[in-house]
Amino acid sequence: MQRPPELQEEFAEALLQPGNPVPAGVVGPNGKAAEKRFAVYRNNVAVSLTAALKSIFPAISALVGEEYFAALAREFIRRHPPSSSILADYGRDFGDFLDAFPPLANYPYLGDAARLERAWLDAYHAADATPLDAGELGSVPQERLGSTRIDLHPSARIVRSRWPVATIVEANRSGGAMPNLSAAGGEDVLVSRPALDVIVTRLAPGEAAFLAALGAGEALESAIASAFDGAASFDLASCLQRCLSTGAFLRLLPPA
Amino acid sequence: MAGNGRAWLVEAGLPARAGVGLKAEHYHAILDQRPDIGFFEIHAENYMGAGGPPHAYLSAIRDAYPISLHGVGLSIGALGPLDGAHLSRLRQVAERYEPGLFSEHLAWSTHDTAYYNDLLPVPYDRETLDRVCDHIDQVQEALGRRMLLENPSTYVAFEQSSMSELDFLREVVSRTGCGLLLDVNNVYVSAVNHQTSPEAYLDAFPFEAVGEIHLGGHAPDTDDEGGPLLIDAHDRAVDEAVWALYERVIERVGQVPTLVEWDNDVPEWSVLYGQAQAAEAIMASVSRSRRHAASA
Amino acid sequence: MNQKTLSAVIVAGAVATALAGIAAPTGAQAEAKEKCYGVSLAGKNDCAAGPGTSCAGTSKIDYQGNAWTLVPKGTCASIELPDGRVGSLEPLDRDLPQG
Repeated sequence: MQRPPELQEEFAEALLQPGNPVPAGVVGPNGKAAEKRFAVYRNNVAVSLTAALKSIFPAISALVGEEYFAALAREFIRRHPPSSSILADYGRDFGDFLDAFPPLANYPYLGDAARLERAWLDAYHAADATPLDAGELGSVPQERLGSTRIDLHPSARIVRSRWPVATIVEANRSGGAMPNLSAAGGEDVLVSRPALDVIVTRLAPGEAAFLAALGAGEALESAIASAFDGAASFDLASCLQRCLSTGAFLRLLPPA
Repeated sequence: MAGNGRAWLVEAGLPARAGVGLKAEHYHAILDQRPDIGFFEIHAENYMGAGGPPHAYLSAIRDAYPISLHGVGLSIGALGPLDGAHLSRLRQVAERYEPGLFSEHLAWSTHDTAYYNDLLPVPYDRETLDRVCDHIDQVQEALGRRMLLENPSTYVAFEQSSMSELDFLREVVSRTGCGLLLDVNNVYVSAVNHQTSPEAYLDAFPFEAVGEIHLGGHAPDTDDEGGPLLIDAHDRAVDEAVWALYERVIERVGQVPTLVEWDNDVPEWSVLYGQAQAAEAIMASVSRSRRHAASA
Repeated sequence: MNQKTLSAVIVAGAVATALAGIAAPTGAQAEAKEKCYGVSLAGKNDCAAGPGTSCAGTSKIDYQGNAWTLVPKGTCASIELPDGRVGSLEPLDRDLPQG
């Protein structure tokens, strides 16, 4: 007699491997093997996870087309089935998968677009918190400003791209025009949710590095240095204004 | 343990009325219209994020309506141990929204580290029974409350099964003290799929353990031999045959919290609400004819 | 002191400029919270079978397309990279051409 441990193992493997036979002992009402009945489970897994990915990455689906997206999703699902039973957490490695998938080598911006869509959903579900009040930053004494550290808002995510990633995603989520990829430059993007709506903001040169440094716990003066490292045109005042008005800052921290 | 009479209804903590599965598509309609409805049921996994609009909407709805909590990802029938992290997230959702009851499925959906997002079937044998009972004990201990276990829709059977689904469920109830969520659509779907009688199944059902009823729509298909195969798709209105079985159940047990599920091709609010009203109409008419019979 | 290190005075000045440029907070955002903020349907758990599940059960294999051989047909444009990026994933067994 077959023991259940082997059965469930076999059942699970056959769900993602269409070539595998129906596990022994899985039958229809007449005791016969049940190819088509078992296919219902296979199908439920493939269809529901594909639908989940499509809902998380609508721009990628529009970019490659529905038929291709379904095939792509199935490829991804077999390599990376969800590791959590919370579907809203699925697809964290979809961007990396797209980067590494050889048939898409000539679509090098898809990975960044997927990472931006994933960041959008992470911001959507992130912890709620009241962003830093601008006045608080204004009340820090001048001599202590440089050593002040700033905690980023729990929803804040940064996506840096050599492609116009925010423009690409917007065009494919809400019907804007696709940019000319060879002419357009890259975009660094901040995703945040200061209240209940997710905001996608294009950052100026240096600002992504500035935010990343603050996020890593560095003091303001060190974050400013990081920003200038990559972009001589970095404008601190306009960067701070953008961060404050998009709710990217959570609170001030004392010097480390 | 469930006592005699209606003790379990009080324990359930939901009004003996009809409710519907809460869909994000309907958040606005519900808050705008404030429909008269018994309760809303939520899928626990959709409210396990830290914050954001899902919690904002659910909190507003919770202020006005009772909530029941329905898990879809605990994988009680899994070979491996329950996911402790998932169990603790479940506890947090329960603490946050204080649902009238909590239910999960007699099914598995995870193996090793993978989650398959489908309610997969278990064989009905001693070994599975022991495992399911252990898992239910853990859930009830972690949540500090009694849970309801839902009878499944299944498409295949297992040669190794050594008892009937009903015997399996009865044994689970008696060992763990859990209650049952009777999904009448699942009863019908499984009966058609396994060529058995849904009426016979229901006549033998341990009604004393039932804390909630589910209704939902199914999609017709055919099996390997060309015979009927029903898919538990929750993508349409409740079938006439299922309404008839529901009436049969209500005649036996009286009014029980009843949920209408509609998860795919979600219709506009008024259509779903109409399904809940249809369930209440059946409860009311059975209750009237009972009173009539009693006074005659 | 190099260009990367701004003096405390300049940093304080930038903060002041930033604050001056921020509109005074209004109750508008709080009111908007009441309703009408976006609802995402992404990644929802259902306990139903997937839509149309039964149809694909009729074919032997429910994987209808092969992403290794299909060509994207959406809005995306292909672009040749000067540095000739090559993907690093290996095909799984079933992706290999048959016979």
